[in-house]
Amino acid sequence: MDELTSVFIQEGREQLQAMESGLLDLEQNPDNLDGINSIFRAAHTVKGASGVIECHFIESFMHKVENVLDRLRNNEIAVSSDLTGILLRSCDQLGALMDVLEAGQPAAPADIQAKGDALLVELAVYTSGGPAEAVLEVASADNAGTAAVNTDSWHISVRFGPHVLRGGMDPLSFIRYLASLGEILALETIPDAMPAVAEMDPESCYLGFEIRLQTRASKADIERVFDFCREDCDLRILPPDSKLAEYVKLIRELPEDDMRLGEILVRCGALTQGELDEGLQSQQHPESAGQAIDTPPHIGEILVDQKVVHKELVEAAVSKQQQVSEKKAVEARLIRVQADKLDQLIDLVGELVIAGASANLLAQRSGQSDLVESTSVLSRLVENIRDSALQLRMVQIGETFTRFNRVVRDVSKELGKEIDLVISGAETELDKSVVEKIGDPLMHLVRNSMDHGIEAPDARVAKGKPRNGTLALNAYHDSGSIVIEVSDDGAGLPRDKILNKAIEKGLVQATQTLTDQEIINLIWEPGFSTADKVTNLSGRGVGMDVVRRNIQGLRGSCDVSSVEGEGATFTIRLPLTLAIIDGFLVGVGRAAYVIPLDMVIECIELKTNTADRDFLNLRGEVLPFVRLREMFDIPGERPARENIVVVQYAGIVVDQLMGEFQTVIKPLSSIFRHLRGIGGSTILGSGEVALILDVQALIQRNARAEEREMNASSGLLRSTAVNQ
Amino acid sequence: MSDVSHITITEDLTIYNALELKQRLMDAIEQGGALELDLSHVAEIDTAGLQLLILAQREASRRDRTMSICAMSDNVRQTVEFCNLSRFLGNATLSGTQPTA
Repeated sequence: MDELTSVFIQEGREQLQAMESGLLDLEQNPDNLDGINSIFRAAHTVKGASGVIECHFIESFMHKVENVLDRLRNNEIAVSSDLTGILLRSCDQLGALMDVLEAGQPAAPADIQAKGDALLVELAVYTSGGPAEAVLEVASADNAGTAAVNTDSWHISVRFGPHVLRGGMDPLSFIRYLASLGEILALETIPDAMPAVAEMDPESCYLGFEIRLQTRASKADIERVFDFCREDCDLRILPPDSKLAEYVKLIRELPEDDMRLGEILVRCGALTQGELDEGLQSQQHPESAGQAIDTPPHIGEILVDQKVVHKELVEAAVSKQQQVSEKKAVEARLIRVQADKLDQLIDLVGELVIAGASANLLAQRSGQSDLVESTSVLSRLVENIRDSALQLRMVQIGETFTRFNRVVRDVSKELGKEIDLVISGAETELDKSVVEKIGDPLMHLVRNSMDHGIEAPDARVAKGKPRNGTLALNAYHDSGSIVIEVSDDGAGLPRDKILNKAIEKGLVQATQTLTDQEIINLIWEPGFSTADKVTNLSGRGVGMDVVRRNIQGLRGSCDVSSVEGEGATFTIRLPLTLAIIDGFLVGVGRAAYVIPLDMVIECIELKTNTADRDFLNLRGEVLPFVRLREMFDIPGERPARENIVVVQYAGIVVDQLMGEFQTVIKPLSSIFRHLRGIGGSTILGSGEVALILDVQALIQRNARAEEREMNASSGLLRSTAVNQ
Repeated sequence: MSDVSHITITEDLTIYNALELKQRLMDAIEQGGALELDLSHVAEIDTAGLQLLILAQREASRRDRTMSICAMSDNVRQTVEFCNLSRFLGNATLSGTQPTA
């Protein structure tokens, strides 16, 4: 596949995304004209670009889609959910066609082609008013003369001044040259300015032209054609997609009779008769009313008026051009880089960090202060490089979120529910590699919430809730991780149903006493589903355990909280990056461990008097702590002074605090996949290996162990009570 | 109306001959009767020539005369068609003349 095609596919997919989100937005706000325009632009860009790379099956398909969008834009047809549905399916079809192109096939396979044809027939209803006409249009796909609805061309009005010919210039040659910029769809010669025979000077020029030109050239390019006679001609250029009002303005400004000029515009296809009537009428009414009261305006006033109008026109054109050039500038600031090049860079930076740490260590040992100083400068720079390199891979999560607009729309239609999607925190950034992998689990959670969580509209009303259910996606940064929440205001997780199901499946014993949270957490167990009926969305019992496994694969965790009758919230917590973090190095015995620095709140000394308890009083709050030495069963005596690293909600007791350390995360091999509490490993400057603590998992593990102990002892107490 | 005056123009329909040609065309219309123009020997045509043709056609129809072009050189035909004036200049029946899109 050549480069041009791959760029087309990439950009085409972006435009496709823009179209899709525009359509979804349009469905919500049918009056949003800007929305229609942006959809049209996106479709138009795809069509144009597909023409450039000579991919005709996309071009001809998009041509039809564009026709419908054009009518939509010109208010010839109204927005309806049927129409947006068809257009959305057209987007899918375009995506399929792009896949075909990407696979390097010369034409779409039969099934896709058939789907496309079916869509075109549906679309045809919206084009020229009737299917019969539309079929005709399909037949003559290549005929550029289907221009009646096709206004994606420039309209150029030019009136040559009388002295052009005497200046040695031939206006016809300009017009002919214009044809080399693109295709002249229609041209009308306007001889109206020619006086009667007696006054007609054969050496003066009286002609004017109305031209419809289809071209990719810019307005400046078109103007340049007339550069030689700019002072001596009256040139008006209407860009493609100009509003009806602008044509009306054009008609009024030109010297010829309005109706005559209007007819000419109709004849050369710039306007339809309906548009013309509407335009002229709407302008005439206020005017005639005004004239009835006032005396007819003086010529001077008209001229001034015209000048003002002219100025506005110019300004509008200028601002339009500015927008275009600004957009180009933004595009120019972006560079597309292959993802693997970036990965390689990150790898190298990782090695640099490790090498830098080793140099640092050696410098410190040597005791030469000059060397220590220069290595510390070096390591600061390395740190900056590391941060910028990682920043390169950061992308906003918004794009992932907006994909769900479509999912929510389709699924809610399918289920007959009314669901609004609320997105917040879309600008939250996280590593690209994480974003790519989070899509599937997120999709599962969203579908799950829609299918099981949110009730049918009638049921909601009966419960006194608003008819429309709300599904919220939220993301935010929290101490070195990104938190993604999927919440709904549905029925919540049915505690009793889950418990019964779990007993039925033998996951728990009927006699077991479980807290509410423990029961809810049962949904993460393999082979669990509570849906009464299996839908094709969810409910097949292969769900939540897969979600959890995927997320754990990303060194993340997931939780659920639920209030029955009010809704449920699924919380996914993921590390920001999978590559390099700021770590805090601690030592226990001879081993070193890394705690992610973002987790660390403060460090305090462990007083000897609390030595035998597992909690202490930190400024009036109880702080439970875990002893790393006991937890990992590290041999050796406790040192005289121990330290506590205070992380969120808990403390970690260690022997030594060794300071900040840039940590390149090396994943543990798959043998250690089930190890809880260890997030990975890293290589120290000395070449030794240090384990990275997964603080959250570590604390949880400890808490669970504690709970079990408590349960066991309380169970013991109860049994003794019964015995008595 | 029975007499048909036939004019064959051999020089270029350009600004260099415009003054003279205007006179000649107007004289021909003045004489009355239908006017047939043979432009098959015209090598060049420019804007001035084109607007002379338009003028002559306009003047002829103002006086209820008919003016038609019975033959054109390729250059003239191309220009007339390019300007979408075939019908107006009364040569729609000529072979190879199609309305432009």
